[in-house]
Amino acid sequence: MRQPLPQRLLGISGKLLIAAILGFIILPAVVVTIAAFNSKAILTFPPSAYSFRWFERAVSYGDFKKGFQAGLTVTLWASTIALVVGAAFAFAINRYQFKFKRALEGLLLSPLIVPHFTIGLGLLMLAAQTGLPRGYPLIVFCHVVLVLPFVMRCAYISLQNLDTRLELAAASLGASPLKILLTVTLPLLVPGLVSGWLFAAILSFNEFTASLFVTTQATQTLPVAMYNYVREYADPTLAALSVIYIVVTAVLLSLANAYLGLGKVLNVEQGR
Amino acid sequence: MPAGSPVIEDAPRRAAVQLDGVTKKFGGSVALHEAWLKIPSGEFMTLLGPSGCGKTTLLNLVAGFLDTDGGEIFIDGTLVTETPAHKREIGIVFQNYALFPHMDVAKNIGYGLRMRGVPKAEIARRVEQALALVKLTGYADRRPRQLSGGQQQRVALARALVIRPKVLLLDEPFSALDKNLRGSMQVELKEIQRELGVTTIFVTHDQGEALSMSDRIAVMSAGRIRQIATPDEIYRRPADRFVASFVGDVNVLKARLGSRQSSEAVATVGGIPVIVPAGPLNDVASGAAIDLFVRPEHIQLAPAGEAGTLRGTVSTHIFQGGHVDVYVEAPALSRDRILVRLPGVDAITRWPVGGQVGLRFGTTDLTAFPVEGDPA
Repeated sequence: MRQPLPQRLLGISGKLLIAAILGFIILPAVVVTIAAFNSKAILTFPPSAYSFRWFERAVSYGDFKKGFQAGLTVTLWASTIALVVGAAFAFAINRYQFKFKRALEGLLLSPLIVPHFTIGLGLLMLAAQTGLPRGYPLIVFCHVVLVLPFVMRCAYISLQNLDTRLELAAASLGASPLKILLTVTLPLLVPGLVSGWLFAAILSFNEFTASLFVTTQATQTLPVAMYNYVREYADPTLAALSVIYIVVTAVLLSLANAYLGLGKVLNVEQGR
Repeated sequence: MPAGSPVIEDAPRRAAVQLDGVTKKFGGSVALHEAWLKIPSGEFMTLLGPSGCGKTTLLNLVAGFLDTDGGEIFIDGTLVTETPAHKREIGIVFQNYALFPHMDVAKNIGYGLRMRGVPKAEIARRVEQALALVKLTGYADRRPRQLSGGQQQRVALARALVIRPKVLLLDEPFSALDKNLRGSMQVELKEIQRELGVTTIFVTHDQGEALSMSDRIAVMSAGRIRQIATPDEIYRRPADRFVASFVGDVNVLKARLGSRQSSEAVATVGGIPVIVPAGPLNDVASGAAIDLFVRPEHIQLAPAGEAGTLRGTVSTHIFQGGHVDVYVEAPALSRDRILVRLPGVDAITRWPVGGQVGLRFGTTDLTAFPVEGDPA
């Protein structure tokens, strides 16, 4: 059945618009990816000859190696601490009624509103005032604050999707509150908690703005190391590193999705 | 029996569940007002009422999911008012079955046994028995989402029964099933319940389900138990207007109270005398207007003008398969059209639309209540 012309035109232009939006979304990644294979030592687009040499440099450059290690340390600590703290807060907000509940929720989600550089600058000033060393604890604390809203959101959505009747059924079958938590509540929250942790880890590992203020030469994370690199050199090493970033993140997310069904958690879908 | 008075012990059996003036408030509103209820061991007791009547609240109080705001609850003669849910030995089947999605069927059914530290071999044996009981042998390895609604319900039932609960609680278990399946599951559940002799509290808003399955029914409205009686008595001798209108179809006719003996009273409807129970009319003066409640199957149609009948005009037929619903207009008797339920299809041709008919009321199973609300 053929639709009238105006509707068909609308349909076609709609599809074109969607294609254009999707194109713009992936355009930077495409440009960087192509540039990464440039054999010349300048960031030009499109390249005239191709090679893998910048990938080799990206993985062997000392500052990047150290940055990767520092970043990984900060990320693992920060996202794990945020997971525990965020899940606990989400649980409290979801299950209990108390005064200032809204205020607490707002406070915990405020890092979404406060700019990262404000948080970084604030912590830097605090550290300077109190004589606190700018070591790992400070960076980890900073990252926990930044990623907490995301972990909390994930845990909160999972808790909301969790049918409390499952816990009641378990109780009626003789499970103590602790047993219910261990055999019903936590197993069903795992996909949500893991996706929250993963979000936190990705955000923390990529975080630059606040990290710039709280890291030192010894503790600089990978994004900070990359920033320092680009101030000195303008070769495609960074582009190569970006490609590695993209591929690793995509692989991690795909694996998590395949094994945990993150799509379900993220779509807030609840099968009956 | 008026709500609020203790139930008189009618059997030598020990009460499996007993509620002594149990009250529950949510914020300022009373969800359950001083419920008194005594359920003998093995009885199938239904809590029937519209949504928000307090029936689910009562169920949750028995299960231990809610704390009481007054009164005491006994299970098997033991005071459990302060006992947490996991120590009450209760089986419950929820409306959505609440099967653990991360466990297979066998793990779901065996959950309560694992919590009790039953040895593995015995768990396996009892799970197998339970599966056979609900006719799901061979489904042990399935996940809940791989099962149909009816199968999920069987698993939920098996999971609740396998722990040999002191009481089985059913929270609207049939409302998520389609109509055909609902009927067969009702029969099956009733069979299993009778076979095991497990005391059961069944919550529903469906009066048909309540009438067909229960040993006794507690009709509830606005947080109060209105009447506790057998299905037959609830249907034939409703205690008040609410019970009479909520359970089954009923016609409300204008009548007048005549003379009154000890337990029976004579009322007149359109000049014709009928006998009604006197109980609900204790405060009504002789000669005052009352509302006569007549079930549609307790009215017969006769040729217009026949002696002992009242005149009306047929306004609609509705063919219902096994019977025909005939609506008759008789403004002198009722503001609404009067529903007459007649067996057999020939009623449609015998009593044509627009034709005059005579209405004849049965002499039994009529009830009357004082006029309420705005009189016509």
